[in-house]
Amino acid sequence: MLHQIEGSKAMARSIALCRPQVVCAYPITPQTHIVEGVGELVRTGELNDCEFINVESEFAALSVAIGASAAGARAYTATASQGLLFMAEAVYNAAGLGLPIVMTLGNRAIGAPINIWNDHSDAMALRESGWIQLFAESNQEAADLHIVAFRLAEELSVPTMVCVDGFILTHAVERIDVPDQAAVDAFLPPYEPMQSLDPADPISIGAMVGPDAFTEVRYLQYFKQHTALTLIEKFATEFEQRFGRQAGGLLRTYEVEGAETLIVAMGSINGTIKDVIDEMRADGVAIGLVTLIAFRPFPADALRQALARARDVVVIDRAVDVGMGGPLASNIAIALRELPDPPAMHSAIVGLGGRPTSKASLHRLFRQAAIQPWEGPHFLDLNEKVVARELHRRGKTRRVGPAAEGILKELEKERVEKLAERTS
Amino acid sequence: MKHPYAIALDVGTSKLNHTGSWRTQRPEYVDRLPPCNAACPAGEDIQGWLSHAEAGEYEDAWRALTANNPLPAVMGRVCYHPCETACNRAQIDEAVGINSVERFLGDVAIAKGWAFDKPKSETGKRVLIVGAGPAGLSAAYHLRRLGHGVTIREAGPLAGGMMRFGIPKYRLPRDVLDAEVGRIVEMGVELVLNSKVDDIEAAMREGRYDASFLAVGAHIARRAYIPAGGAAKILDAVSLLRSMEGEGPPLLGRRVVIYGGGNTALDAARTARRLGASEAIIVYRRTREKMPAHDFELEEALQEGVSMKWLSTIKSVEGGSMTIEKMKLDETGFPQPTGEFETLEADSLVLALGQDVDLSLLEHAPGIVIENGVVKVGTDMMTGRSGVFAGGDMAPSERTVTVAVGHGKKAARCVDGYLSGRAYTPPHKHALASFDRLNTWYYEDAPATVRPVLEAVRRVENFEEVVSGLDETNALYEARRCLSCGNCFECDNCYGVCPDNAVVKLGPGKRFKFDYDYCKGCGLCAAECPCGAIEMVAEAI
Amino acid sequence: MNEVQKLKFYQKGTLTVGNRLIDERERNVQASLDRSNSLTSGHRACQGCGEALGARYAIDAAMRATNRNLIAVNATGCLEVFTTPYPETSWQIPWMHSLFGNAAAVATGVAAAMRVLGRAETRVVAQGGDGGTTDIGFGCLSGMFERNDDVLYICYDNEGYMNTGVQRSSATPPAARTATTPAMGKEAGNVFGTGKFTPKIAVAHEIPYAATASVADLHDLEAKVTKAMGLRGARYIQINVPCPLGWGAASQDTIKLARLAIETGLYPIFEAENGYVTRVRKIRRPTPVAEYLKLQRRFAHLFRDGVEDPRVAKLQAIADRHIKDYGLLEEAA
Repeated sequence: MLHQIEGSKAMARSIALCRPQVVCAYPITPQTHIVEGVGELVRTGELNDCEFINVESEFAALSVAIGASAAGARAYTATASQGLLFMAEAVYNAAGLGLPIVMTLGNRAIGAPINIWNDHSDAMALRESGWIQLFAESNQEAADLHIVAFRLAEELSVPTMVCVDGFILTHAVERIDVPDQAAVDAFLPPYEPMQSLDPADPISIGAMVGPDAFTEVRYLQYFKQHTALTLIEKFATEFEQRFGRQAGGLLRTYEVEGAETLIVAMGSINGTIKDVIDEMRADGVAIGLVTLIAFRPFPADALRQALARARDVVVIDRAVDVGMGGPLASNIAIALRELPDPPAMHSAIVGLGGRPTSKASLHRLFRQAAIQPWEGPHFLDLNEKVVARELHRRGKTRRVGPAAEGILKELEKERVEKLAERTS
Repeated sequence: MKHPYAIALDVGTSKLNHTGSWRTQRPEYVDRLPPCNAACPAGEDIQGWLSHAEAGEYEDAWRALTANNPLPAVMGRVCYHPCETACNRAQIDEAVGINSVERFLGDVAIAKGWAFDKPKSETGKRVLIVGAGPAGLSAAYHLRRLGHGVTIREAGPLAGGMMRFGIPKYRLPRDVLDAEVGRIVEMGVELVLNSKVDDIEAAMREGRYDASFLAVGAHIARRAYIPAGGAAKILDAVSLLRSMEGEGPPLLGRRVVIYGGGNTALDAARTARRLGASEAIIVYRRTREKMPAHDFELEEALQEGVSMKWLSTIKSVEGGSMTIEKMKLDETGFPQPTGEFETLEADSLVLALGQDVDLSLLEHAPGIVIENGVVKVGTDMMTGRSGVFAGGDMAPSERTVTVAVGHGKKAARCVDGYLSGRAYTPPHKHALASFDRLNTWYYEDAPATVRPVLEAVRRVENFEEVVSGLDETNALYEARRCLSCGNCFECDNCYGVCPDNAVVKLGPGKRFKFDYDYCKGCGLCAAECPCGAIEMVAEAI
Repeated sequence: MNEVQKLKFYQKGTLTVGNRLIDERERNVQASLDRSNSLTSGHRACQGCGEALGARYAIDAAMRATNRNLIAVNATGCLEVFTTPYPETSWQIPWMHSLFGNAAAVATGVAAAMRVLGRAETRVVAQGGDGGTTDIGFGCLSGMFERNDDVLYICYDNEGYMNTGVQRSSATPPAARTATTPAMGKEAGNVFGTGKFTPKIAVAHEIPYAATASVADLHDLEAKVTKAMGLRGARYIQINVPCPLGWGAASQDTIKLARLAIETGLYPIFEAENGYVTRVRKIRRPTPVAEYLKLQRRFAHLFRDGVEDPRVAKLQAIADRHIKDYGLLEEAA
């Protein structure tokens, strides 16, 4: 049924359709509306047999979910940014214990400087934690991916993170098709745990594992994620058959036919990129898009196939690994290097801390890749003047103060200068 | 495997890990000799029968008690209970009232008519016992248990010896004595009364006995020379006490002086009070501390109005008065005359200066050695004459009913060894369960609400002339105060406090065992054992 | 109870683990032949480990109280490490370990699962050491308390981080030597005026039940666990469990030390319901703190060269304050 609805509320409805039995709520922008929405459905009785627990921290939120999951209940929570880092230890723990928890991550930058707006820094920070990470392109997909995520998590007994761009998706009001309960029930069978705390059949969960078995435990985790690559495809197909639209899968392609330049991106920015590609195609540029949905497990084979025939590949990262560059780019570089004649790869760091990405900037970026390729990561729309002044200042004095405040001062100076120019 | 690899495990699998290999010392269960048992002249397993009593298993308790002593109702009244003096509980609050519980059990047995088992088979051997006092009766009982034929020849008209003719009725009611003597006789003992043995050799020969046990009591009063004139009434304590049995009671007058410091003197004084004397004065040449009589008996006598004249000797008696010389103790504690005299009015004087045994029956027995008025015996109680054993007042030892009962038991075992040709060797004695081996924390204090009840009970019990002893509740209470020194009482402490579950509980009455596969040798069980029944022993590495 | 009954029960064996004269059903769980042994043999705790003992005492009691329908959640720490090194576990009950600081939250999750799965008769215990409880797990603990989640949290308090090599925790007593409060310098050992007593904080949450207990008083401990399992909502029991290794004490003295901790007044034993202290275990044999301290090498610097450090008097003052505040001494009749 179609609703004109905020993304968070749509997600809450589709999560409720998955019949979670324990939901832990702790507020952090921009994910808060999702758990609020689930909580409302519990209060109104639209979601029955659900324990909605207001916890005291994200660490507790995931810990409660861990306990619930290990005891045989379908468990859900949501977080973002600092919250994900605050629960980091439990994130790894849930994965190591193989507990099929589903968690929404309202993607947001990580401080300092504190910033509540969208980028992928949080998801990237914990990309090695052992969770499956799926990135939603739209709010429709964000809602649908949760249904797939529960199926996938429980099938494999691996926790799954649904990554949705903060504000851009969570707070946007759109027309969204929320499926009916029967359809979801038909897709998602009741949770049957692989291990469970049960007095009738006791086991000890969470043993200390030493050098004699730790490698094997980790290999089995690695192997499971590898298995997930096939399952993600399979469930995407099944979802499409049942619900009549696409959701999930490893990746999606757009205008890749004959494309010399291929863009790779994750999340909501794909919408803007598609508009740019449409315009560039109209201008006769052979450009296309690969939208990556599954970041973990990383679909190296599928990407290699999708990108093999391109001359240039531009990788859009919504986060930066400051000692390395774009994390997505680093991963894709590894996937491409096995090709006999790999395309040239161009890394771009885009939209950090919620900076809007204009079509104009993307046009510039995509054209530049073919005609004037750059070395290393390119920070899109970087205010080079401000950076240069700050670097100059730092060269002169040791006590420069905090970087963020320095930049703000520079920007203020720039604004005043511009004002002066205009009035003079 | 029904769960993920390594991160989840099947329960209880740590049992594969035998932590016993960590151990450098191991706990072992031991039995130690409780001080009460060590102190009991009759060799009773007091801790053993108390443990039955505290469970309310009175018949079992009585049977365990009588395995060593066939006269609990008597002993529960007349024993000077060295067990209580030795009792470790005295160092916590007060000694366990062992004697009262013994009396309770003896009385219950009489009331319920419990009988001794007859021997399962007869050996065909015959033993002559001379004297039906405590030693003789005890020997007869133990010899019958062993299946030997027993004949007791008693010179007097009734069995009991000094228990009957030396101990006043108010301390030992005769029906109690008769009941316990009767129970021994019912085992098939031939008791011949009014049958004095004058010549043991002849008696053995004529009766064709295989062995004999001589247990003649010290019935002859010692006299001291005291110049006496006029109508002085002087008699001895043995005669006084004996005359209480049957014959008309003697006339002592209103003011009686008793001369001596032993228990017999006290018995005589208390008897005099009961015969109507308004004053009974004990004259003793030394001090209270030096007095051989038991202090509690003195206390009772004082409570009954008996008065004491310490450091005094009687120099002469003239009609209704006597001359007393004051004494003082020298450095060795011996009384020396001071030359100070006083006069004491008295209607009669009772001499309680000690007793001797009539040993004339031994005149024709070869090899028997007599020293200081008693018969010399070996560690096996046998005299110099093969097959003739002696005990009780006849053998060198303290002259108490309890010692006599112990002699009878020991003699019976040695006679049995002699008859069977396998010399009796006493069982190995465990090391003493001394107070420092106990963990007294675990013994409950008597709560304030219960203490007055207890004290009242004890007071009643101590007035021996009052017929009733402990009732069941109090007897049970008293029995349960036993610390069970050195002997496991299945308190489950070791089973509980082991952090490694390495103590296996074997079930009621079966105690525990250690599972050395898992015992790490921490020593908690030994440290927390209330009664010191666990010992830590170094492991051989 | 009539006089006869009173007389019968104040006897030998009343303070011991078992008493053959008491009806089987009234005896301690630990005296019973078929106790659960929830924590069984073969675990790798040190000789004389108070925590191993306390855990079996508590969990076995909870097992009896719940008719063996129990799930336990464990914080990281000695208890977790010595019971569940792959490939062996000493637990015989459904048991789970997640992290150091989240046992209370994980237990909340388990309890929620039981409720939502219609198995609310299955009860949940969380357990951890003092570090995992009063320090790193404190946030989760407080959250579980204030939500009144249906969890009994048991803290095995051995007064330090023993698993990591005896470091100071907020439950380490003043003057005690640990690896991070060495017996060096002017104020050797742990600093006076620091630390916290979590049971009081639990009481302040006004949860249905909060109590302290000790491995030295099994009767009290089992009664408290049993009482706690008879209630719903958040419950807390902190059990004093001496650590021979960390305290520098003889392995056979574990229970003796726990006993002295009570009898000196250093470790008040009480219980509280809904924010009010309702019962206090009185001291039976008042003992000066020095007698307790001298048995432990962690306090050895207080008695160097046979001279008693003035800080012994300060520790005595702490004990005296407990005695006064909690009314630990019997009123003179």
